[in-house]
Amino acid sequence: MTELAITHAVPGRSFWGDAWARLRANRAAMVSLVYLGLMAVACIVGPLLVPHQYTTIYPDYVRIPPSLSPYPKPEMIETALGDVLKRMRVDVKEWRQESDRIFVTITSSREIDERNTRYIDRSDTFDDARVEEKSPDGKTMVMSAAIKQQHFLFGTDNTGRDLLSRTLMAGRVSLAIGLLAGVVAVVIGVVYGATAGFLGGRIDEAMMRVVDVLYSLPFIFFVIMLVVFFGRNFVLMFLAVGAVLWLDMARIVRGQALSIRRQEYVQAAEALGVSRTGILARHIVPNLLGVVVIYMTLLVPQVIILESFLSFLGLGVQEPMTSWGVLISAGAKNIGTANWLLLFPAFFLVSTLFALNFVGDGLRDALDPKDR
Amino acid sequence: MAGGDPILAVRDLRVRFRTLDGVVEAVKGVNLQVNAGETVAIVGESGSGKSQTMMAAMSLLASNGSATGAVDYRGRNLLELSKRELNRIRGSRISMIFQEPMTSLDPLYSIGSQLMEPIRRHRKLGAKEARAEAIRLLDLVRIPDPQRRFKSYPYELSGGQRQRVMIAMALANNPDILIADEPTTALDVTVQAQILTLLAELQQKLGMAIVFITHDLGIVRRFADRVYVMRAGEVMEEGETEQIFAEPRHSYTKMLLAAEPSGRKEPPPNGFPVILEGRNVEVTFSIGGGFLSGPPMILRAVDKVSLALRQQQTIGIVGESGSGKSTLGRALLRLLPSEGVVWLGVKDISKADREAMRPLRRQLQLVFQDPFGSLSPRMTVGQIVTEGLLVHEPALSRAERDRRAAEALQEVGLDPAMRNRYPHEFSGGQRQRIAIARAMILKPRVVVLDEPTSALDRSVQKQIVELLRNLQSAYELSYLFISHDLAVVRAMADYIIVMRQGRVVEQGLTDDIFDNPREEYTRTLMAAAVDAKRFRLGKLEPVEQRK
Repeated sequence: MTELAITHAVPGRSFWGDAWARLRANRAAMVSLVYLGLMAVACIVGPLLVPHQYTTIYPDYVRIPPSLSPYPKPEMIETALGDVLKRMRVDVKEWRQESDRIFVTITSSREIDERNTRYIDRSDTFDDARVEEKSPDGKTMVMSAAIKQQHFLFGTDNTGRDLLSRTLMAGRVSLAIGLLAGVVAVVIGVVYGATAGFLGGRIDEAMMRVVDVLYSLPFIFFVIMLVVFFGRNFVLMFLAVGAVLWLDMARIVRGQALSIRRQEYVQAAEALGVSRTGILARHIVPNLLGVVVIYMTLLVPQVIILESFLSFLGLGVQEPMTSWGVLISAGAKNIGTANWLLLFPAFFLVSTLFALNFVGDGLRDALDPKDR
Repeated sequence: MAGGDPILAVRDLRVRFRTLDGVVEAVKGVNLQVNAGETVAIVGESGSGKSQTMMAAMSLLASNGSATGAVDYRGRNLLELSKRELNRIRGSRISMIFQEPMTSLDPLYSIGSQLMEPIRRHRKLGAKEARAEAIRLLDLVRIPDPQRRFKSYPYELSGGQRQRVMIAMALANNPDILIADEPTTALDVTVQAQILTLLAELQQKLGMAIVFITHDLGIVRRFADRVYVMRAGEVMEEGETEQIFAEPRHSYTKMLLAAEPSGRKEPPPNGFPVILEGRNVEVTFSIGGGFLSGPPMILRAVDKVSLALRQQQTIGIVGESGSGKSTLGRALLRLLPSEGVVWLGVKDISKADREAMRPLRRQLQLVFQDPFGSLSPRMTVGQIVTEGLLVHEPALSRAERDRRAAEALQEVGLDPAMRNRYPHEFSGGQRQRIAIARAMILKPRVVVLDEPTSALDRSVQKQIVELLRNLQSAYELSYLFISHDLAVVRAMADYIIVMRQGRVVEQGLTDDIFDNPREEYTRTLMAAAVDAKRFRLGKLEPVEQRK
């Protein structure tokens, strides 16, 4: 009889299964979730696909506005050519453009070295320079070069770096910091808070007073101190941000743990003789997870903002590495002359934060379905 | 017949809720009618749609619910009124009181200001007149010293007093209809009797109709003129109270009427050994106190109680809320620090610490009142039931545990195939069975049953009582049965301890206590619970006892 029963155990609909079904019904959250996924993929894979390195400087294209058509624009060719020829110390007799190649006739008082084509190749605008004709005395020469077609969809920044690849790279950094510092904060906070809440009494008092003390440290001061002692460092950012944000988490988790501890199923476990670690692992923490997940989705944007803020102040990520905060800081300085430097990174940051908050809200509704 | 003209008529009311599993129809075409000045009871078990019918009539459905049909109040269909028009009727012409007096009052406002609000809103009175009116109402519902109580906050009042305040608020604008949704379920029996008497008197005085929603047939018989019996969203039977009780036509009504737990438990033979004994058990809680607030207040929850539980005996511990009966049960299981001596068999366990208690825990089990709160929502039923095995038989393999879970579930009358489901997929009675399976899988000797049937419907109660009795005789268990429900205690226990304010008032064999209570308090308790007298003033003569 029981043999038969064992083969036919009906699967149940778990808490998480239920929550997922409710989340799927929430359109804003689902759209945000998809958006976040795309954003993450774009930031991870994007920099590999964009033809420009985020560190490459294009002196010919400093602070050019975003455009869907390729650079150089026709009117830029002459300026670029003039620059190159000036560097070659030759005079231009005439130049013409045939489809995507230019032909330039140059003269000089001395014999012209063929290796001068290098100057042309070195420019961002031209490529594949060749000597077409050479006068017998070597003082006049016809060179041709291909016009290098390049796209700068988001424009370039003050030093001539492609903003698209920089924005995606910055997204990598910001999301990574957000996620990692979020995880650091959650892990410390959950362990600390759950322990304090579950043990209760004097231990709880002592542990929470420690939290209070840490709360009273001014955050910026704390970060500046860390930077002074350890130098500017990517990992340090995680630590600093994570080390500050776990305090909120610990408080929330402790409050939850306190109330869960009073639940009858915990008392029942005690009556069964389950050990404290067993109760913590099997009852308290799983029942906390809903709150933790919700708080985590709200914590990540907080971390991203904090990082942006620190970078804005110049305490965070250092050049040429970049983050959304760094880009926005640079953009803010150029808002009058090159507003795209602010608009693109700000749009990326704000839309990501929006999406994260929508997902957080959706999760809260999905995990805690009270009638609204 | 106390009925006048019909003032509220519900016609073909249907209530639907959109849920993840599709649309659920909670009320399926209900017709009912309320006449002026009469008392109508809507009776049904949980999930019968009795509350939702009235919530729909008042447009108080949850946001995923919708109602169709018609609710005519004096010629106007309440379902079609705008919110504004509805508010002129709600709280003024038709008012409601709810089950939970704890949560239906706002803790931040004094009861006086909460009382004045509906008066001022609906009657456009000035602050001074509203105040006078509020005090008059408090006096009407017999709150002692209404002038002073006016300024009290809800936490300063007892449950019964809060319910009185709720009634005062509901009566503030002389309603035609008072809808009372399980108004006494959360109260002790003696308080329950007082509240019902008050409602009956007020009805006599003010002449409003009362719609009384309840699961308790005992109250219905003593209180209502007419009865609607509901089940699964439909009205099964309707009629005059006396007629329904005397000759129920529908089988469901008959089943409900027969659902009172019956049977008696014989005391164990004299030679059976004492398994759990407590002597002078004392539990104190200190409230407040600390670094700056001076010495704490000491509350003696259990005051020198002694008892001896023999093998296969069931001791019923009876008392109202706050009498210390649950605390005593937990103290005997060493789940609370206590004074005094507790023996398990011949072993003194009163000084045992956590570690020393752990191996003994499997002999001492506990079943709680609330089958919703006592099962962890994140674990499957199989995991819940076998958790004790992880502690006491850690060597068992997963497959073996699974088999034991299936056995245990079968033993308490559940389908073992359900063991991978989660608690929220079960009904209240099924959950209580799961909780019992969790205790029984360890083959304990003593089980403390802390109000195991109080949150359940009568018909389910009866099944649980039978299950517990069968398990007792099969495994020679000893029960400590804590309850405020005397009917269940009578069916379960062979010995009774009556507690009040932490002390034992009276104890003895069940029949002695029920038939010849010696103490005044016991008598009050019995009278409130078992009396068949009607509350209605006009009909003081007892209704004929049901055979």
